Amino acid sequence: MALAEIKHVVGRGVYIPGDDIDTDQIVPARFLVSVTFDGLGQALFYDARFDRDNKQKPHPLNDARFQGASIALCNANFGCGSSREHAPQAFHKAGFRAIIAESFAEIFFGNSTTLGIPCVSLTHDEIEGLARAVAQNPELEITVDVEHLEVRAESMVFKCQIKPSAGDALVRGEWDPIAQLLEAKEQTVALGKTLPYTSW
Amino acid sequence: MGKSLFHKVWDAHTVRTLPDGRTQLFIGLHLIHEVTSPQAFGMMKDLELGVAFPERTFATVDHIIPTAKKARLRPFRDNLAEQMTVHLTDSCKQFGIRFFHENSGQQGIVHVVGPEQGLTQPGMTVVCGDSHTSTHGALGAVAFGIGTSQVRDVLSTQTLAMAKLKVRRIEVDGQLGVGVYAKDVILHIIRTLGVNGGTGFAYEFAGSAIENMSMEERMTLCNMSIEGGARVGYVNPDAVTYAYLQGRPYAPKGQDWERALAYWRSIASDQDAVYDDVVRIAASDIAPSLTWGVNPGQVIAIDEPVPTAESVPEHERPNVIDALKYMQLTGGKLIKGHKVDVTFIGSCTNSRLSDLREVAKHVRGKHVAAGVKALVVPGSQLVKDAAEAEGLHDVFTEAGFEWREPGCSMCLGMNPDKLVGDQLCASSSNRNFKGRMGSPEGRTVLMSPVMVAAAAIAGRLADAREVFGMVEQKEVTRGTR
Repeated sequence: MALAEIKHVVGRGVYIPGDDIDTDQIVPARFLVSVTFDGLGQALFYDARFDRDNKQKPHPLNDARFQGASIALCNANFGCGSSREHAPQAFHKAGFRAIIAESFAEIFFGNSTTLGIPCVSLTHDEIEGLARAVAQNPELEITVDVEHLEVRAESMVFKCQIKPSAGDALVRGEWDPIAQLLEAKEQTVALGKTLPYTSW
Repeated sequence: MGKSLFHKVWDAHTVRTLPDGRTQLFIGLHLIHEVTSPQAFGMMKDLELGVAFPERTFATVDHIIPTAKKARLRPFRDNLAEQMTVHLTDSCKQFGIRFFHENSGQQGIVHVVGPEQGLTQPGMTVVCGDSHTSTHGALGAVAFGIGTSQVRDVLSTQTLAMAKLKVRRIEVDGQLGVGVYAKDVILHIIRTLGVNGGTGFAYEFAGSAIENMSMEERMTLCNMSIEGGARVGYVNPDAVTYAYLQGRPYAPKGQDWERALAYWRSIASDQDAVYDDVVRIAASDIAPSLTWGVNPGQVIAIDEPVPTAESVPEHERPNVIDALKYMQLTGGKLIKGHKVDVTFIGSCTNSRLSDLREVAKHVRGKHVAAGVKALVVPGSQLVKDAAEAEGLHDVFTEAGFEWREPGCSMCLGMNPDKLVGDQLCASSSNRNFKGRMGSPEGRTVLMSPVMVAAAAIAGRLADAREVFGMVEQKEVTRGTR
C-alpha cells in the first residue's frame, strides 16, 4: 500500500472567508444519509452555494473565475464541529488538494491528513494578502511546500505551519497510517493483556 | 512529579511510537453507529481486512432513526436511512459485533448507551465516529471522536495513530446558583475560552462545583468539550462514578469489582499532577445562559443584551454581524421574549433520566403555549422505560409535549425531526450552527433543558427562574445525584 509522498501541492486558490466555518456548513447533514462517500463533491458548502430551488447563490465556489481551484484559503478554526470525514472527503472529491487557514479544528485536521490533504497555517494578514492576489489574478499559481514549510505565490513567500507529525507523515507518504498500525498486531494483543479491564 | 489521568491512560495504552512521532494507541471501547461506519466497513472490504477485537466494539442506531413510533416501522420511509441501518445490521452480524438495535430494548443515542450499559469505564480509551464521544470522559475515560478512516483503523487493528494532547485543568469552585445547570457551566466555559480555545488540549474538569455534580451532569459538561475545541474532556473518577457504575450490565462484578476500584483509583490525576494550563472559574459567576448566534461560544446570560458589532474587537465584527443577521436579532436588545416555534429536549447532551425528572418537576400542571411544537426525546430505550415507570411521560403529554422514541432527533437534521424555514428552536442540544437542524434557514438557541421547558411554556425565550418561580426552591432545584 505505497502512498504518494506529498511534499508539495501546486494549484490555483479560492478564498472561502469566515471564522469558525463548521462541518455542517461544509457538508450539511442530509448529505450524510448514505452508505458511501460518493457524490460528496457536489455537497461541498451546498447550503451556502444554492438556494431552496437549487439555484446558485453568490459564493466563491460558484464563481467562474475560481473553477478548477485546488487550494482553499480559509480563516480561523476552520472545520469545527462534527467528526464527519465527509467534510474533507467533499473537498477532495471537489478537487481540493490542500487547505490554507489561520487555524484548524482538530478532528477536521486529522481527517484531512489521513486523506492526504495538507492543512497548513498562515497568519490572518498573510491569508488576506494571498486572497487579494488570487482575486486579482485567479490563475495565480500557489505552492504549498509541506517539506520546507512554505507557501509561495509569485514573489510572495510565507513560512507556514503544520503539526510536525502530520507534516512528517505527508512527506514520508505515510499519511494513511493503516499499514503501520497493522504491523504491530502482536504488540497490540500483548498490550491489551496488560490492561486490567480486558479481563473483566 | 505527578501525572494527570490523561497522561496515565495515554501511557498505559501506548502500543508504540510511530515513525512520524504519533502514538499507536490501544482503544479499550469502540462505539459505532449507522452514519460513520458503513464507509469504514467498505474500506475494510476493499483492503480485505477483518475486525481485530469484535468484543471491544458495540453498535447502536441513533442519527437517522425516526422518533415517531409509527415512522420506526421497517423499512423506514427514507430508503437511504433504511440502507444505512441494514448495512450496520449486516456488518455487525458478519463480524460478531454486539448491536443494540431498535428492538433490543437497549437502543439509544450512542453516548447515552455506552455509560448506561456500564461499557464506558474509568481509565479506558473510548472512541466513536462522532465528535461528542467526549461525553464518556465524565466517567474518567479518555474519550474522543474520530473520522471514518479511523473507524476503519480501530475495527481492523483496535489502535489509532494519534498525537498526544496537552492538558488544561478547568477548576470550577463554589455553589451554582438557582436555575444554573451543568449546561450553563459548559456554555459559560466555552464563552470564556472560545470555540477554539481548547484546540490541542484535553480538558480536565475539576473543582467543587464539578465534584458536586451527578454522573449525568458531568456527561453534559464533557459532551460539549468539543464545542470549545477540546477533543477530550474528562472528570476524575470518584465515589459518584463508582456508585453510578455498580450493577450496570457490563460493569465488573464480584472480585473483579474490587480489582476495578483499585485500577480506577490508580489512574485518577495525582494531587501534584502537572498541567499545561490551569483556568479557574467561580461557580457564582455562572448565570442561566443561552446562545444568541451561530456558534456555541456566542453565549449570553438570559437577562443580558445581545452583543452589538461595535462591542466586540474589530476582527470579530464580521462574525457578529453575520450571526445577528442569520438569527434575526438586534444587537443591544434582549433575546428574552423572542417567540419560539419549536422546543427540543433531547440529544446526547441532555436526554438522560435526571434531565427528564428535573424538567417534569417544573412543567407538572403547566401547559405548552399555543402554536409551539414541543418535543421530549429520551436518550435511550432504557431512559424511556425508566421515565415511563415514574409516570414522567404522562406529565409531559398532559403539559402538551410530544413524548418520542429515542434517537438524535432534532439535533442534527438527519431524520424526520427537522425545522422548517426560519423556525426558531429552543434546544437542549449542543450545536447552533447554521442549518444544523435540517433547514438551511433554521435557527437554534442552545440552553439547559429546564430553560427549554420554560420557553415551551412561555412560547418565548424566557428565564426559567421566573417562569417556574424557582427562587424559593434552592435546594430542590439542583440536579438529582
